[in-house]
Parts: sequence; structure tokens; C-alpha cells
Amino acid sequence: MDIRLEQASLHWQHHCVFSDLNLTLPSGRWTSILGQSGVGKSSLLQLLCGIADAADIKGRIICSDGRPLTGRVAWMAQQDLLLPWLSVLDNVLLGARLQGGKVSAEQAEQARYLLGQVELGDRANARPAQLSGGQRQRVALARTLFQDQPLVCMDEPFSALDAITRLKLQDLAAALLADRTVLMITHDPLEALRLSDRILVLQGAPARLSDPIVPVGQTPRAVHDDQVLQLQAQLLELLAGEAS
Amino acid sequence: MMSLLRPIGIALGLLLSWQLIVWLTDAPRFILPGPLLVFDTLIAQFPLLMKHAGVTLAEILLGMLLGTGLGLVSALSLITWGRLRRWLLPVLVISQAIPVFALAPVLMLWLGYGMVSKVAMATLIIYFPVTAACFDGLRQTPTGYLQLARTLGASRRTQLLQIRLPAALPAFGSGLRVAASVAPIGAVVGEWVGSSTGLGYLMLHANARMQVDLMFAALLVLAVMALALYFSVNLIARRLTPWLDESTSSTTRGDTP
Repeated sequence: MDIRLEQASLHWQHHCVFSDLNLTLPSGRWTSILGQSGVGKSSLLQLLCGIADAADIKGRIICSDGRPLTGRVAWMAQQDLLLPWLSVLDNVLLGARLQGGKVSAEQAEQARYLLGQVELGDRANARPAQLSGGQRQRVALARTLFQDQPLVCMDEPFSALDAITRLKLQDLAAALLADRTVLMITHDPLEALRLSDRILVLQGAPARLSDPIVPVGQTPRAVHDDQVLQLQAQLLELLAGEAS
Repeated sequence: MMSLLRPIGIALGLLLSWQLIVWLTDAPRFILPGPLLVFDTLIAQFPLLMKHAGVTLAEILLGMLLGTGLGLVSALSLITWGRLRRWLLPVLVISQAIPVFALAPVLMLWLGYGMVSKVAMATLIIYFPVTAACFDGLRQTPTGYLQLARTLGASRRTQLLQIRLPAALPAFGSGLRVAASVAPIGAVVGEWVGSSTGLGYLMLHANARMQVDLMFAALLVLAVMALALYFSVNLIARRLTPWLDESTSSTTRGDTP
């Protein structure tokens, strides 16, 4: 299912952050939006997730299947947002728990399977506070996968982690989210280049989206890949030029 | 081991200085009875003291039950209905400007000299702190949790019961602790204003008959009771929020971001 966002506009404290912005998310591809803080990229993502403040940001969302997008997006934030009073397993099952129903045996089975996929199968009964930051974000990834929605929106999902943990989690996410429609917001060019099929840069005042940069090759790309290094330098220059 | 020895040491030190003051000032027993005398009275009058303590304890517990229940329900209503909040919140704050002690005579007049007026005193005195603590707790749910719940398709009711309420439990715990420490005040003040049973009554009665040793014994029983109450409530509050202990221990390990 392709998703298209048309004529999005964001106003913040009476000034226009961006207006008349169009964004297409092709089905089964990983799209990343790269930009500095304050450029409105998180708001854009929240608009797609249906959690943006409607007074500030507006836009029309069109899905290629003609149905509304509401309720069909899985959101993963920079913070893991694990509920401290629930076990790891119950956090993965949160979607099922909050939709009022009892958790079926199949759902519990599925959640356990996903925990195994993020290599935390043995911590199902632990509480979030007993896990490290990287482990917590892996649980958040399992929770996002458990929702099994047509669109996955990730808001700087690995930016709170240390460099090595971040690389490992990127590999894991690339493997587990293959062939899904993903929108990732990030300010890290390397992260975008390793994981994405298409990269858009959001910058300027008012901000505009660049033409897509399409790196070739299988994701996750290696950090020492020539293409990745070259594009990373270009992107850094582009972003830094904007800042000065 | 040290944690057990320290309070015992403190208690012994206080008792010793009390006895020393009695010896040094040679105070008559109807002004300041020594700890030994008070202890004798405590043993001799034990059944009498327990009878009155039972009444006071019942008043405190009923007051706490009603006060925390009403406080929790009020906080939940305030958070659920925004319009109610605009009308009720100012009323609540204004009501706090009236000292509960000043209401005691009126409560006696309306509810009689029995237990009901004391339960009402204890309820009133803890109602506001519990409501305020719960309301703050419910209001300060991290936005991220609520946004996540919305993307997961949770209804407003589910968000309240499954996200806001558990997230407010630590605040509710602090409300309970405050309630446990002020509820005895409400009950005893109620008994002072007018009653025929309870530790507060016993203290006034003994004071009037110069039985200061009995008064001190009643005070001692009251203090022990209040301490026991506080520690049991503390235990309950910690049982309600088991994840808090874990998270503090893990921050000391330093592995949470």
C-alpha cells in the first residue's frame, strides 16, 4: 500500500515551519527523512501517526487502498516508552491489552516469538527497569512488530543509544522490518544510509524536502561501504552548510 | 543489624534523658512523671488503654478508608471531566482555607458525640491531600505513554484505567503516606472536642484528674499506633508500586539510560 501525504503545513508560534509539503511512501520501501532539530520532521511523523496537535499541523493523507490511515500505523519513538509496571512480555502485548480484549494464547505465542527475534526470549518476565537501554529499545522494536501495521513510523529510534548498540540495533531492525513500508526520522546520515531505500533531506526556512537520494545495495549497508562513506560526507556537508 | 540497633539506641537515649530531667528538676509526678512510672501505669491500666485505643484506631482506619476512597474518586472525576475541574477545583482550594479543627464543634453538633463525627474529622483532614496527590499523579502521565496508547487504538477510558491510573500509583502512595500521618490528628482532635471514648478523651479525662502518668501512657499508645499505621501503609504503598524499588536499584547500577 502506497501512502501519500499532500499539502502538509506546520505553523509553530505564528511562523511557518513548512507549507505545501508533499511526501510519498512507496509500499515495501524504507524511506528516511534527514534533518536538523526544529525543522518539523517529528511533527510530520506524528501527523501520519494521528498523534499530532491538529491546531499546528495539517495535511491530507491518502492511502492507495482508499481507506483512511488512522489506526494502521505502528509508532516507535526515541524513548522506548515501555510501561514500567508491566513485564517485558506484557509490554510487547500492549496493543492487544489496550484494545480491551483478553490476550489470546496465539498472541502470547507471537509476542514470545518476537522477543526471541530480538534476542530477549529469556527476559519475558523481567520488568523494563531491569533491562539496559539497548535491551529496552529492542523490546520497543518487538512491540512495534507485534502491532503488524501496514506502516511503521520511527522517530529517531536509536539516537539515545551508544554507538555500538546503535549499529547492532540497526542490523536487527533492517532484518526484521525488511519488505515493510517504513518511515524513519533521523538526524544521523550514517543511520539513514545504512537502512534506507530512499533518503529525503528536510531543510530550509520554510523547510522543503529534497529529491530522494537512492543508495544502491542490500540493507543494512556496511559502515565502510564506499558509497555510504561518500554519501555520508555529502549529506553532512549539506546539513552543515544549512546550519552555518 | 545497625538499622535495628539505631532506633533502639535513640529510644533508650531519649528515655534516659527524660528520666534525668525528672531527677535533676525534681519535678512532681503530676507535672512530669518519669518513664518508669509511666511504664508502670501502662501495665496497670493496659485493659483500659486498649479499650480506648481500639475506638481511636477504628475511627482512624474508617476515616482513612473513606478519605482515600473519596479522594481517589474525586481525582478520577476531575481528570475525566474538564468542565467539572473548572468548577470543583476552586471550591476544593477554598475549602482548604477553613481549618478542619474549626469545623470540629459543628461536626459534633450535626453528627453527635459518637464515632461518626470523629470518622468525619479524619476523613475531612485527609481528603484534600489525597485528592491533590492523586490528581497531580493522574495529570502528570508522561505524554509519550498517552501518545503510544493512542497509536495503539486505546479508548479514553482504557487510557485512563490502564495508563494514567497505574502511572499515578506512586503519587497515590505518597497521598496514602500523608493520610496515615494526619488521620490520627483528625480523630484525636475530634475526641477532644467531645466524646466519651477514645484515647483523646482518655487524655483529657486523665489530665483533668491530675493523672498525668495515665495521660503520658495514652500518648505513648497513640504514638506507637500512629507509627505502626505509617509503616503498614508504607509497606502497602511499596507493594502497589513494585517497579519503583527495581528502578532505583538499577539506577545505582547505572544501566538505565
